[in-house]
Amino acid sequence: MNNSNTAKTITNISAPFDVERFRKDFPILNEQVHGKPLVYLDNAATSQKPKQVIESLDAYYRETNSNIHRGVHTLSEQATAIYEKARGKVKEFINSDSIKEIVFVRGATEGINLVAQSFGRNMLKPGDEIIITELEHHSNIVPWQILSEQTGATLNYIPINDAGELILEEYEKLLSDKTCIVAVGHISNALGTINPIKTIIDKAHAVGAKVIVDGAQAVPHTRVDVRELDCDFYVFSGHKLFGPTGIGVLYGKEAILESMPPYQGGGDMIQTVSMEKSTYNALPYKFEAGTPHIAGVIGLGAAIDYVDQLGLEAAAQYEIELLDYADEQASQVPGLNFVGTAKNKTSILSFTLDGIHPHDIGTILDGEGVAIRAGHHCAMPVMERFNIPATARASFAFYNTRQEVDALIQAIDKCQKVFN
Amino acid sequence: MSKGIQLMFDIKDLYQEVIVDHNRSPRNFGRLENADTTLEGFNPLCGDKLTLYLKTNSGKINEIAFDGSGCAISVASASLMTDAMKGKSLDEAEILFNQFHNLVTTDDDYDAESLGKLVALAGVKDYPARVKCASLCWHTLHSALQGDNAPVKTE
Repeated sequence: MNNSNTAKTITNISAPFDVERFRKDFPILNEQVHGKPLVYLDNAATSQKPKQVIESLDAYYRETNSNIHRGVHTLSEQATAIYEKARGKVKEFINSDSIKEIVFVRGATEGINLVAQSFGRNMLKPGDEIIITELEHHSNIVPWQILSEQTGATLNYIPINDAGELILEEYEKLLSDKTCIVAVGHISNALGTINPIKTIIDKAHAVGAKVIVDGAQAVPHTRVDVRELDCDFYVFSGHKLFGPTGIGVLYGKEAILESMPPYQGGGDMIQTVSMEKSTYNALPYKFEAGTPHIAGVIGLGAAIDYVDQLGLEAAAQYEIELLDYADEQASQVPGLNFVGTAKNKTSILSFTLDGIHPHDIGTILDGEGVAIRAGHHCAMPVMERFNIPATARASFAFYNTRQEVDALIQAIDKCQKVFN
Repeated sequence: MSKGIQLMFDIKDLYQEVIVDHNRSPRNFGRLENADTTLEGFNPLCGDKLTLYLKTNSGKINEIAFDGSGCAISVASASLMTDAMKGKSLDEAEILFNQFHNLVTTDDDYDAESLGKLVALAGVKDYPARVKCASLCWHTLHSALQGDNAPVKTE
């Protein structure tokens, strides 16, 4: 992923990325909003879904809908097979060692809460320390605040500089033998900063701490290899990876997951239940109580297939070039201020306009068919750091085009006309 | 998507000249020294916040001012509201509060004469996500006049 740093100088070394071909896979991109073609630039909030994913959900409900891991009947066996096949796809996708390390959860948020409560709550004692960063999404802040209240552990934050990059010297100062958990986002949802997580992980391991990486913004934009990273936990959400909402993945190293107690009790996570005591199921089922989001898992499997045939590396390269174009166009808009100018960033253009509040920008852009996010992006500490209440954020996916960037810039121009 | 309605969309219906003007130069903006009532209002979803300052005497709003930060709709609404409220009795303020509430949340007929310039905010009702922006200052005023001390939140 360090390639993105130098991407600006890379010219086309392979065939150009055929964006028009891939756009045809996304039915929603043909929609109109306020009589204008939809320009969907809110991909960091959620991505759109290709027809392959939509059809996988439809096919499951039409042809194989049944509960899994239970029935001896044909449909149940078929449903179980495609459900578990999807787990295998996830394992390959992030290069994990074993399907035992792939736990299905509702999303990245639930994955982080699971680790905080099942791993953290059992391990931490007063005086222990948790390190997170000023860049985090609330989903990677609040579970640790709750955990520190529960255990008496201290929560410390790695600060960021004016470009929106983590200050690693400060991280090193925070690390000590008291550090038990380091929780860090792979890519910032508010600013697009790509964090040097390999370095962060190595330094944490050097003091014996475990590391959880929030990869919600990373998996759609970069190839993730959990073995190479050597992270202890990695979480992401299906819906940001062109899959359904309500499904996500917690990766954990097998030995660590094995040592952790269940997060929730219920069906499917047990081996035996008597009135006195229950014994728990093997990994990963120990962490999957109750009937899971079967359709969601199948849809996620289809999304991973889609990304594989797309070529994530080619898509990522295209996105970097698109962001460069957007940055270039935006830098010519008078009164536009970039928020987050990290050297190593991807897919996000967060900005403010002089004299125009981001919410007004959001409404006026919507009138032009351009969907962006306006607000604090569930990252209020980041807003506080830059002393602003909110930003307007355009976030790109591989199906966005230069013409859509032009539509964004024209809509920004319209904003300024309304207010001047 | 209800395309029929959306085709009639014109952003100028929302951002009328009055609103743009009151956003650019908000009236009654700034701390009111010796206010007898001060109350804060927050919109946690978008981070809008304002502080409302009131001086009341004999059941009448003698002076009213606000400060804080927010979008054009929220700033213009507070500016227009404070203009409209000056000199109003508490009963009149309550009536205007209800009239404004109807203006931005319903399609009911409204009394354009008593609402005056506030009618410029009628367009907000077509933007459900923005109703809170327009109504934050009004809810804050309402609570202040009821004697509430807790900061007002629109969630």
